[in-house]
Amino acid sequence: MNLSIRLLHLHVLSSKFSIHLPEMSFLSRLIPAATARTAVRFASSGRYYTKKHEWITVDKSVGTVGITDFATEQLGDVVFIELPEAGAEIEKGESTGAVESVKAASDIYAPVSGKVLEKNTKLEDEPGIINKSPLEKGWLYKVEIKSVDQLKELLSEEQYNTFKEEEEAAH
Amino acid sequence: MTEGEFSLEHGARASEWTGELVVTERRTPLFPAHESAGAVFTDFGGWQMPVRYTSDLDEHHAVRRAAGLFDISHMSEFLIEGPDAGAFLDGVLAGLISTMRVGKAKYSLLLNERGGVVDDLIVYRTAEHTFLIIANAGNRDAVAAALAAAAASGSGERTVEDVSDTYALIAVQGPEAQRILEAVDTLVPDAPLSELGYYASLGGTFGVPGAFDVAPVLIARTGYTGEDGFEILIPAIDALDLWYTVLEAGEPFGLVQAGLAARDTLRLEAGMPLHGHELTPEILPAQAGLGRVVALGKPDDFVGRAAVEAFDAASARVLVGLTAEGRRAARAGAEIYAHGVEPGADGAEAIGIVTSGVLSPTLGHPIAMAFVDPEYSEAGTALGIDVRGRVLPPSVTPLPFYTRKHA
Repeated sequence: MNLSIRLLHLHVLSSKFSIHLPEMSFLSRLIPAATARTAVRFASSGRYYTKKHEWITVDKSVGTVGITDFATEQLGDVVFIELPEAGAEIEKGESTGAVESVKAASDIYAPVSGKVLEKNTKLEDEPGIINKSPLEKGWLYKVEIKSVDQLKELLSEEQYNTFKEEEEAAH
Repeated sequence: MTEGEFSLEHGARASEWTGELVVTERRTPLFPAHESAGAVFTDFGGWQMPVRYTSDLDEHHAVRRAAGLFDISHMSEFLIEGPDAGAFLDGVLAGLISTMRVGKAKYSLLLNERGGVVDDLIVYRTAEHTFLIIANAGNRDAVAAALAAAAASGSGERTVEDVSDTYALIAVQGPEAQRILEAVDTLVPDAPLSELGYYASLGGTFGVPGAFDVAPVLIARTGYTGEDGFEILIPAIDALDLWYTVLEAGEPFGLVQAGLAARDTLRLEAGMPLHGHELTPEILPAQAGLGRVVALGKPDDFVGRAAVEAFDAASARVLVGLTAEGRRAARAGAEIYAHGVEPGADGAEAIGIVTSGVLSPTLGHPIAMAFVDPEYSEAGTALGIDVRGRVLPPSVTPLPFYTRKHA
């Protein structure tokens, strides 16, 4: 998920005059409480992470992909989700869908290459599930992973938490 | 400690003190309440403001169905007082102010020399010789500068004072707003709230009646949500007490704390412009459908008058409402094309731009406000919006998107 999304480049008719809009800094402001909670709850979850705030868990060659609770807290109430269809070939790093909240819209990027096996159709009817349970019931899709080696390029839980803290410090 | 010191202490970080006031992160007097409620914060006009407490959608719906409590203390306030205060404001603002009746409020505009909107604001005549201006947080300096420049160049018996740091501002918005405030024993308006009309204000007190430390308040029936509601001006030092008192009294009525996210979706459904989006120093009032706010009938030569009179509105982009089906919303900055034109194709030229857009929580479909070329502004006109690489087909719809059913 690209959290440095277009909202940061929001421009209206006048670029000279800009007040800070809530959505502009939605994703640039972090919540320390959320960070701490994540660390405790999922210390040994076996999850891999991207710097765009997706996660993936792996069972043999099948990966389950979602977005992090950090991401959903930043987005607020999710109202629309667009997921890749079963059978779709996806490429690591490419956009495979979108998550829209009341205040923001963001692409979802593939953490690995592969073939989509199944999407979480429940999310399409009830996108709010992703706010309630981003790491479990709010999974996005399952993918047959092309090369397990690609997982090595992803972040561990610890690295991801450090990355979030660094992002926070930068703002 | 005066309120001025209060804002200094809380507004600037000690380590950045360089002899000048370097404001990086301002907090309202209600910040502790938001923090203890677990609010998510955002920077808005230089202020740390609550975006949401629990859920944007829940807070939005609560305001439409019951009521929401908003901290809007980030907004700026100016007091203009004296026998010539009304005449002074006639020469500063685009509207006719001097003829306002005491106790009335009026939406007005501050323009620049080009006729563009420096800020939109509300003027309250609270006494014969007293006017209160409530302006946008991010435009405090611009409004202060315009008032100061006008005060320096003219003459007359009036004073101008920036009282933004002296007061907090709390909004109670929603169909239950009046019943909630009536349930607060310690909030005593000068007359029953049932007699207070829309865009009117009255004085009152907050505190145990008769006690020596009651706080003076101004209660106005104004708001930014499209619902009935009130905005209460109160000395900053008493704001937390009022916040918690109203919150407690309002609980049985369904009152919830509501953040800026809900405030934005509510105002957008109600078709209300947000400065920085629908109004900017480059947009003239007529473009935003606010031509009637400019009182060209008055004799005064206010800033921007000549530009407004010379403006050829027929050739300029105009503000319209857009609605679409589905759940995918166009956001501010999205480009608009004529129906059937493919964005990015040879010769494809945008005919407009979205200034605010969201999936309407109340209506369940996408809504947006946008500026379009005048030939595309008629209701029912089909258009295309480039929403992140895909074309969303909206059509022009009269504003507002939502009108309340309650009286």
